[in-house]
Amino acid sequence: MMKHVVACIDGSASTQSVCDYASWAALRLETPLTLFHVLDEARYPTETDMTGNIGLGSREALLEQLAELDQQRSKLALEQGHHMLESAKARALEDGVEQVNLRQRHGDLAESLHEIEDSMRLLVMGLHGEDTTRTNRVGSQLETVVRTMNRPILVAPEEFTEPKSVMLAYDGSDSSRKGIRLLAESPIFRGLPLHLVMVGVDTKDNHASIESAANHLRELGHDVRFEIRSGEVEPTLHAYQNEHNIDVLVMGAYGHSRIRQFLVGSTTTSILQTTNSALLLLR
Amino acid sequence: MLKSIQQNWFSNIRGDLLSGIVVALALIPEAIAFSIIAGVDPKIGLYASFCIAVVIAFTGGRPGMISAATGAMALLMVTLVKDHGLEYLLAATLLTGVLQIIAGYLKLGDLMRFVSRSVVTGFVNALAILIFMAQLPELTNVTWHVYAMTAAGLAIIYGFPYIPVIGKILPSPLVCIVSLTIVAVFLGLDIRTVGDMGELPDALPIFLWPDVPLNFETLAIIFPYSAALAVVGILESLMTATIVDDLTDTSSDKNRECKGQGIANIGSGLLGGMAGCAMIGQSIINVKSGGRTRLSTLVAGIFLLIMVLVLDNILIQIPMAALVAVMIMVSIGTFSWSSIRDLKKHPLSTNIVMVSTVAVVVATHNLALGVLVGVLLAAMFFANKIGHYLYIKSDIDADGIRRTYRVIGQVFFSSSEKFLAAFDFKEGVERVVIDVSDAHFWDITAVEALDRAVVKFRREGADVEVVGLNEASATIVDRFGVHDKPEAVDKLMGGH
Repeated sequence: MMKHVVACIDGSASTQSVCDYASWAALRLETPLTLFHVLDEARYPTETDMTGNIGLGSREALLEQLAELDQQRSKLALEQGHHMLESAKARALEDGVEQVNLRQRHGDLAESLHEIEDSMRLLVMGLHGEDTTRTNRVGSQLETVVRTMNRPILVAPEEFTEPKSVMLAYDGSDSSRKGIRLLAESPIFRGLPLHLVMVGVDTKDNHASIESAANHLRELGHDVRFEIRSGEVEPTLHAYQNEHNIDVLVMGAYGHSRIRQFLVGSTTTSILQTTNSALLLLR
Repeated sequence: MLKSIQQNWFSNIRGDLLSGIVVALALIPEAIAFSIIAGVDPKIGLYASFCIAVVIAFTGGRPGMISAATGAMALLMVTLVKDHGLEYLLAATLLTGVLQIIAGYLKLGDLMRFVSRSVVTGFVNALAILIFMAQLPELTNVTWHVYAMTAAGLAIIYGFPYIPVIGKILPSPLVCIVSLTIVAVFLGLDIRTVGDMGELPDALPIFLWPDVPLNFETLAIIFPYSAALAVVGILESLMTATIVDDLTDTSSDKNRECKGQGIANIGSGLLGGMAGCAMIGQSIINVKSGGRTRLSTLVAGIFLLIMVLVLDNILIQIPMAALVAVMIMVSIGTFSWSSIRDLKKHPLSTNIVMVSTVAVVVATHNLALGVLVGVLLAAMFFANKIGHYLYIKSDIDADGIRRTYRVIGQVFFSSSEKFLAAFDFKEGVERVVIDVSDAHFWDITAVEALDRAVVKFRREGADVEVVGLNEASATIVDRFGVHDKPEAVDKLMGGH
């Protein structure tokens, strides 16, 4: 089975950018592109009837009434979703993707994505959701999706910029070494300069670890530079990013337990909150 | 589960708050009425309803379903309370909870697939009839005032929503209770009130361990009650969960619901409440009022307790006639009207299952027995139906020496007689071939029937050859897991 790049289309401000990033990734990976829209009925408001009585045939009447309401809403939502997907498809075709599939599913976003995980190579999602406000920049469902998926996720900012240089956040852990191996073999960043950045103390061990990672990438023909910087993780990464005009930041996501995250906070969450560039999250 | 706390609790706050309040108002009369059925003080049912609703909001498997003290459970505990007293009821409630948790871990909720639609309908109708019958003592040997009050109450419940504007804002059962109470107090009517029925809660429930000796004798007393309570509680809860699933077009976790009901009952028993389960009528009211998530159940429980504690002086003045009117409404709303309408359309066997379930429950006041009878009848009708799918044809060769029987179809306990009857043992032939390669032998009865046929032919002096027995008896294997692939099903059902 051919694996797809799946893009979540939801009609929010970042839809076009999601579409462009997904097209870029599909062209790079030479895979078909699937545009995916989820209709979540649980998010419809409910009607409130305060009469509080039940009589003969109440259950049947109520079922009929609720089904009718859902039918009307679903019909509209389906139609709207179809329009959304069609315009996204037009954009993807313009971007040069040849094979674009459209899919709509009823249900919860994270669950629906989880169901099609096997046929997915990369998931592209917008950083902002439909319900994003000034105080909460990150879409409400992004974190749940990132936590439940076992596929790389490209988080798209509001504006598309074609990736020219890539930074990899490296911490020497098993999961980040796994990430390096994954990227080394993937065609997605082939030909782009890779910056391997470690935040921490420049000890001999750390140096040896990052150098071997860099060598591994070089062996497979990548253009790599690496650096170890000290400081707080998130500002240091952003500073490096600004200095070198980095377009995509690659990092492992939610590597630690929920308990640790509760106590010390999650790097992934804070990077999501502050980033202005695309993020590739590796699970 | 992937569903987040946000979705399970806070995705529908306005609807859940309002519906929780509407439900709480309807729960108060029900809890009082069911306590009276069980023969305990109203406070036992009210504490139970509060505790069960609050606990099940967190532990249940079906968000938006309402659980509290129920009539089905109350009816089962009548004799326990009468013969042994309240403390034994509390102990039985704890044991019920433990049994339900065990059932949840054993995944007995999956057994619900054996309960057919007609049994569910029978259960629901029987429940409605029981709730109605439980109101009759309040309506016998009373003055005409009580009839007038009850009739007026029903008129308000069903008429009030038609009043423009205000009719849609105030729950009509509440209007019924308030106006009948005012009338009764104002006219100084000498009719029975809630205060006459026993003690109402005057404080928050407190933790208490049932005051019963912890020995085998106690267990022997409470176990039969607890087992029946556990079964009925799970049955009604899972049936209600299915109804709520249908209404809201969402799914529920049935085994989690079993465990949740168990935990809720243990909580209820420890706080001095009686056992309860999910309520069909209240859950319908909750969905109708816009409740969808766990929040609605939690609000119902908490609001119920606040109301009871704040308004205890008013509650005791509510005339029983008002409660009877509300309970008649619940009974009417629980009854499946379409089942009466569909009697003509449905096959007779289905109707017999439904009506027998109702009849057994009404006769025994035990919903578990009714369901047992219903399930057994449904299984018998099904076996009988499948038994018809058996066809045996035979050919004799030209010189009359060899007869070949070809058996096609299902051979099992219900069709084995028919299978045997198809052979002509008295025919004088030298060779008999029984070709069973297109038949399915589902059980030992079928194999035995074949053996008997072979022996009988041998006694008549014929040589018997059985062809294709391996294919035929493949179905007797109890491990059906291997048969669920399309090729396997084709092979199994091939040729029919």
